[in-house]
Amino acid sequence: MIDASAERGIAFRPQPIGLFHSAAIVFWKDLLIEWRTRARLNALIFFAVATLLLFSFALGPDTALLRQNAAGYLWLGILFASVLSLGESFRVETENSSMDGLKLAPVDARAVFLGKAVGNGPMLFALSFVLLPILVALYDVSIAGGLAALVGVLALGCAAITAPGTIYAAIASNARARDVLLPLLLFPLLVPALLASVKASALVLQGDPMHQLGSWLGLLAGFNLIYWGLGFTLFPRVVED
Amino acid sequence: MMQTEPKALALDIRDVSKRYGPRWALARLSYSLPLGTSLLLTGHNGSGKSTLLRIIATSSSPTAGGLSVLGLDAREQREDVRRQTALLSHSSFLYEDLTAEQNLLLLARLLGAAHARDIVSGLLTKVGLATRADHAVRTFSAGMRKRLAIARVLLKQPRLVLLDEPFGELDPAGIAAMEKIIGEMQDKGTTVILATHLIEQGRALTQRRLHLREGRAVAA
Repeated sequence: MIDASAERGIAFRPQPIGLFHSAAIVFWKDLLIEWRTRARLNALIFFAVATLLLFSFALGPDTALLRQNAAGYLWLGILFASVLSLGESFRVETENSSMDGLKLAPVDARAVFLGKAVGNGPMLFALSFVLLPILVALYDVSIAGGLAALVGVLALGCAAITAPGTIYAAIASNARARDVLLPLLLFPLLVPALLASVKASALVLQGDPMHQLGSWLGLLAGFNLIYWGLGFTLFPRVVED
Repeated sequence: MMQTEPKALALDIRDVSKRYGPRWALARLSYSLPLGTSLLLTGHNGSGKSTLLRIIATSSSPTAGGLSVLGLDAREQREDVRRQTALLSHSSFLYEDLTAEQNLLLLARLLGAAHARDIVSGLLTKVGLATRADHAVRTFSAGMRKRLAIARVLLKQPRLVLLDEPFGELDPAGIAAMEKIIGEMQDKGTTVILATHLIEQGRALTQRRLHLREGRAVAA
């Protein structure tokens, strides 16, 4: 088992690395796991598309009603899928107590939060882009306010889900009923962000004659500021014994 | 009259207790270990060996009491303690979907290694996994996982190494190799704390013994 000639090559002086460098390595690690398995993205897409299809079947062929509620169903699809995504991102950390491995490396817990949250955000953002053409086809919507505005709303909305979602996924990951606990903790907290995302998306899709979009975006930005700050500050308390 | 300098302590445990629900895993345990001295930790299942190792590694906090590790306060200087210790635990800390090489590269980069690939390649050769470097950990046997977990420990180049059942899941060749690795670490001045049920093997590798029963130190 031992090859003594290999000994020379492993000597180096471990150096502490910065917070953002650590976060980038955690992000890279999650990306690599996702790339190797593709388990999460495939499941997310299937689940979210199925949700949109089911909503459209449940409402029936009333095109006006579908168009009117399209933004709501888009965000419910993203929200439900986010539970899968967030749960899976911490399942890999509990499998062999890998989170302990990160802590003892040592990695600053705040870097783990940043790496995980920044990793979860683009995953949901990418999902929302997969859902857009389906929304256009099934719900007969047009993007009256322009694609750029919709991209902004989707980015802010997805970020608003991932910051508190990452904290609660970490809390739930150690619980026996983790699959139930995560939505139970997360959904009530996300009501303001969900409301703002749906309203802002509806204004972009259907037009904004009263210029209300700015205030909803402001609410989303404020929600993001608070929960990214809270996550960054509180995450060490969540993951330490 | 010449006075000899007291030897620096690798470990100074002061009245440490740990409770899980109604059960005390450790009960007012006190113990000191000089730097460079190896310790054999023995006791039946549930006697508190793993809990003690986790507390020393700062993976878990004591319910009461305090401890210094390598002269550092385990609560106040937790990051510094973690930087200088390594734990081989029942959990491998490995990512199942990453390859052996990627698992080690992750830790090497977190440790700020400049030539991470060369270092990792050397380590994989050392633990006999060079030919399986690009295989996912999910496909590994228990013994191979243990070897990779040992490589993780070696990568950290710790001053204090905590080994929880290091011989478990290893074949006879693996056990002999593990003994050699422990010997090499001791030769470099690393303090080794070894918890095992293989008492004779443990005794041959260590200078001191601490026997635990229901979370308390007792005469072996």
